[in-house]
Amino acid sequence: MKKQLTIAVTGLNNIDSPGPGVPVIRALRDSEEFDVRIIGLSYEALEPGIYMHDVVDHVYQIPFPKSGTEVIYSRIAYINSLENIDVLIPNFDAELFNFIKLADRMEKELNIKTFLPTVEQFEARHKVNLEEFGEKHGLLVPKSKMIFSTAEVPKLAQDFTYPVVVKGQFYDAHIAYNQEQVATYFNKIAAKWGLPIVIQQFVYGTEVNIVALGDGEGNMVGAVPMRKQYITDKGKAWAGVSLDDEGLLNEAKSMIASSKWRGGMELEYIKTSDDEYYLLEINPRFPAWVYLAVGCGQNLPEALVKLALGETVENFTDYEIGKMFIRYSWDLIVNMKEFEEISTTGELGTSSKKRAS
Amino acid sequence: MISLKKNIAVSESGFVFNPTTGDSFSLNGVGTDILKLMKDGKSEAEIKSTVRTWYDVDQDTFDKDYYDFLKMLGQYKLLDAE
Repeated sequence: MKKQLTIAVTGLNNIDSPGPGVPVIRALRDSEEFDVRIIGLSYEALEPGIYMHDVVDHVYQIPFPKSGTEVIYSRIAYINSLENIDVLIPNFDAELFNFIKLADRMEKELNIKTFLPTVEQFEARHKVNLEEFGEKHGLLVPKSKMIFSTAEVPKLAQDFTYPVVVKGQFYDAHIAYNQEQVATYFNKIAAKWGLPIVIQQFVYGTEVNIVALGDGEGNMVGAVPMRKQYITDKGKAWAGVSLDDEGLLNEAKSMIASSKWRGGMELEYIKTSDDEYYLLEINPRFPAWVYLAVGCGQNLPEALVKLALGETVENFTDYEIGKMFIRYSWDLIVNMKEFEEISTTGELGTSSKKRAS
Repeated sequence: MISLKKNIAVSESGFVFNPTTGDSFSLNGVGTDILKLMKDGKSEAEIKSTVRTWYDVDQDTFDKDYYDFLKMLGQYKLLDAE
């Protein structure tokens, strides 16, 4: 008989820049060991996952990360009093800091388990610290620099050769071929995601990505490399294929061994024509394409839940190569009553009916 | 000897997949025949003589197209570096 678990998941924004929540949930629903009840945690009333009733059992709105840990903790404690959550899987970079800070307290006081990177790991892999992280762990990382004002743009030519990549601290990246373009992207990204802006040397090559899970002891539980085949104007993969790339697997393995990474992650690399791997970014959670790993035979979200519960997890030793994912959009028809319910009461789903009966 | 990388998949329909890079290609009939012969480990001389028995083509035209094709395979990183 399958173990019954209640798992809370964020990242239900299954839009053109999709959050990983829905694919993580699909992975958990595919589990042969767990029978899961899914509690969705949303930030906005139009996150599509809220209305996917065969994906999410019940949804609660939670406060935005900027509200601070106490406000978020109170809301999680309230939701837990109704739902008795076993494991919580946050899926947004911007919310991770709060959940990492709250992890011990949630486990002690609410008996909610997580499996997240440490604060040190989370901070060290940050875009603004990536070059230092690379030096420490023996990884090739393109030269980068933080800037806080467009007045710093003309001086960039002393340290960089164009083109460069202009990046926000959390999201967004654009290739700039001259000073004017850097200034334009600086203003665009700063207005949306704030300062600093990261300038990174552009490296010519093919972008390859890998999803991986570290057990916190230096062991890589599993990993699947992927190349994007179709990229949206937001730079997101709309289709991708799993690769037979031993070099990339070794990169991830040595990075996890060296940093003792704890939790899910996505590593983004540029592979040059000389087969060198330049690390562009470390995303400290599973990516939105994590369901490809499940399709290839590695249910990494299920393994993460087992690690969170303190269970022993065998390393995955294999995955299917040449397996593809292709995303699609699908119009959900939603009653205004549902939109009203999530907007006014902050929750939607089957639990309120159960509580009423 | 020029050879196709071992992990390159070539289907009956002429679809080629490089699992290291994720690249895929579609070949016409002649290209498919040549790649299959390469995959079977045939030498350049064997490939040339076999293909010329299957297609009505003079030696010079075939050689020119054959070397162009090999160059293209090399550019797409489908060949072993030996």
